[in-house]
Amino acid sequence: MELSFLDKRLEAIYKKVLNNSRLSKEDGINIYKTHDLIGLGKIADHVRRRHHGRKAFYVYNQHLNYTNVCKNRCRFCAYAKDDGEREAYVWSMEEIRARLLDRIDEPIHELHIVGGLNESLTFDYFIDLLKTVKQVRPTATIKAFTCVEIDYLSNLAGLTIEQTIHKLKDAGLEMMPGGGAEILNTRIHDSLFPKKIDHKRWLDIVRAVHKAGITTNATMLYGHIETVEERVDHLIALRELQDETGGFSAFIPLAFHSENTELSDLPATTAVDDLKNIAAARLMLDNFPHIKAYWVMIGEKLAQVALNFGADDLDGTIIEERITHTAGARSAKGLAKDQMEQMILSAGFIPIQRDSFYNEINELNI
Amino acid sequence: MSDLNRIIRKIINNQRLDKQDGLALLEQADLLTMGGLANEKRYLFNPKKKVTYVVDRNINYTNICVSGCRFCAFYKTPSQNGGYVISKDSLSQKIQETIDLGGTQILLQGGMHPDLDLSFYVDMLTFIKQNFDIHIHGFSPPEIDFIAQKSSLSIADTITVLKDAGLASIPGGGAEILCDDIRQQASPNKCLSDTWLDVMRQAHLLGMRSSATMMFGHLEDDAHILEHLDKIRSLQDETHGFTAFIPWTFQPDNTRIEVKKKSSVEYLRVLALSRVYLDNIDNVQASWVTQGDKIAQTALFFGANDMGSTMIEENVVASAGVDFMLPKEELTRLIQAAGFEPRQRDCFYNLI
Repeated sequence: MELSFLDKRLEAIYKKVLNNSRLSKEDGINIYKTHDLIGLGKIADHVRRRHHGRKAFYVYNQHLNYTNVCKNRCRFCAYAKDDGEREAYVWSMEEIRARLLDRIDEPIHELHIVGGLNESLTFDYFIDLLKTVKQVRPTATIKAFTCVEIDYLSNLAGLTIEQTIHKLKDAGLEMMPGGGAEILNTRIHDSLFPKKIDHKRWLDIVRAVHKAGITTNATMLYGHIETVEERVDHLIALRELQDETGGFSAFIPLAFHSENTELSDLPATTAVDDLKNIAAARLMLDNFPHIKAYWVMIGEKLAQVALNFGADDLDGTIIEERITHTAGARSAKGLAKDQMEQMILSAGFIPIQRDSFYNEINELNI
Repeated sequence: MSDLNRIIRKIINNQRLDKQDGLALLEQADLLTMGGLANEKRYLFNPKKKVTYVVDRNINYTNICVSGCRFCAFYKTPSQNGGYVISKDSLSQKIQETIDLGGTQILLQGGMHPDLDLSFYVDMLTFIKQNFDIHIHGFSPPEIDFIAQKSSLSIADTITVLKDAGLASIPGGGAEILCDDIRQQASPNKCLSDTWLDVMRQAHLLGMRSSATMMFGHLEDDAHILEHLDKIRSLQDETHGFTAFIPWTFQPDNTRIEVKKKSSVEYLRVLALSRVYLDNIDNVQASWVTQGDKIAQTALFFGANDMGSTMIEENVVASAGVDFMLPKEELTRLIQAAGFEPRQRDCFYNLI
């Protein structure tokens, strides 16, 4: 396809893409630095189409943030509370069951379950949580816990990571979300989330999870104090792990929201940032099947545009999103299935309702 | 060569598109193709990496209106509660605030009020000019036509009277879609297309500049959009009086037209089409009021070279439930983050 670029550096990148050659760190930096947003979009869109044509995926899912009590108190987090604070909560099994039953008439295909590291919870709580969810929603996929929680649970139970994963699998765990990665380096870790696991631990855990046969997503939190180079290094680290294990399903760039956090002076990410992160992900992560535009963070309007800049997935209907909304996100807390489909259609794509493993769901079969 | 490729070649060769070309482009070209073409045209008209904005305030001198447009959430009929005509005190206060905030103009518009005659308008303009040093960007073809009819004056004479009293330029509102079949359904009590165009023609002939707008995403289809753009372009060929074009999407809440809102992608496509089709208008403005900050910034890559106004006050779109605000600091940050130099301008797109 004949393309012309206002930025000549993109020409070299485009040539590599046409030859299926892997992009370098320098390419990644040029992607972030370019002012030729349309040119960048065209290259990312080319790759996106190669993978997925004009399909845009979404899943009918429900989020369960089972507790907001968290000992880590990462500086970028608006959600965490200390035990005893007025807005602190933890859901009992009865409450979890009630929340699931509340929406039992809806065709929910995935439960996304993450929460804070609440020191009052025993290992049994987590096993019970999985079993309860499985019992109420036997056909929905349980996508639960980040590497941060897995590390925590392994210490709690006194088990190795492998043993922990096996126990959770037996209780119903089927997939894991990609959170807790933030930026995979020491500088950011030590500045922003010193109490949480570092990048080596995150990568080690995710490797073990993949080897145990569980696929996961991966994320990157951007728009805080990180540099362009740090973003590119993060993407390359994920790419290298994917070469080893092949266990990553989707990558989601997460736009930092600063309200109610310790970094509340930082301004919001702009559309150019958001679209560049989507395009950079699509181009750098040549071995990741899916790039997700998380509409909760970048807004429904920009998510539609993002589908043209490399994203093929819009995540889910969600409802009940809490974490980013506590940090000031102004998007809706959830979208109905019709709204998701309309969003995708009016962006010029074919809406495909999927399960957690990107199998197409044909509702007539259910 | 496919039809679309033929059209793209025309654009690249700076040849004028006809309506069929425009329609095919709108319906078939993908978003980034349109963006790329519009982006190139943007630099043809505005080669520097600057994005302009104006610091002003929208003052609505009355919300009482007998037009009753179906797409409007702002108006009050003469018999409804909540109608007002602005007092001189309130007008003074708003203008002073605008000047204190670095504003260079006011956009002065209002409903078609049955009891306000030409002398009201002359009086209001005179009052403003006597007390303040500010550019009055005021009224619209529907208002001017309404005043003219009530005064039994020609359009040209009405504009002359207003100009002499202080009206400096005319905003491009009230255009909606310049197709009478649509106007008759959406706003039957307002002037039709030829009158809208004639008001602008007369204003341009009298040496005044104006902008042109398009509100889409209500009752029209794509062919109407091309018709609208074509009429604007033809008038511009005659008079060269339009400074800018601003398209935006209809916001349905609290109005009497129930449709699904046009998406951001559809907005960007029409914006890009406008930049490509209007080969004789220098400036295209992004609508952050209807699209929000993120899509407005994106629009800078889809043909827009101007971000409109920091809008110290805006009431009309806000009554349809869409109330983004964009302070000047944030507006300039968005422009810079997109790689452009933000520059304040006046009504004629001169840099301040």
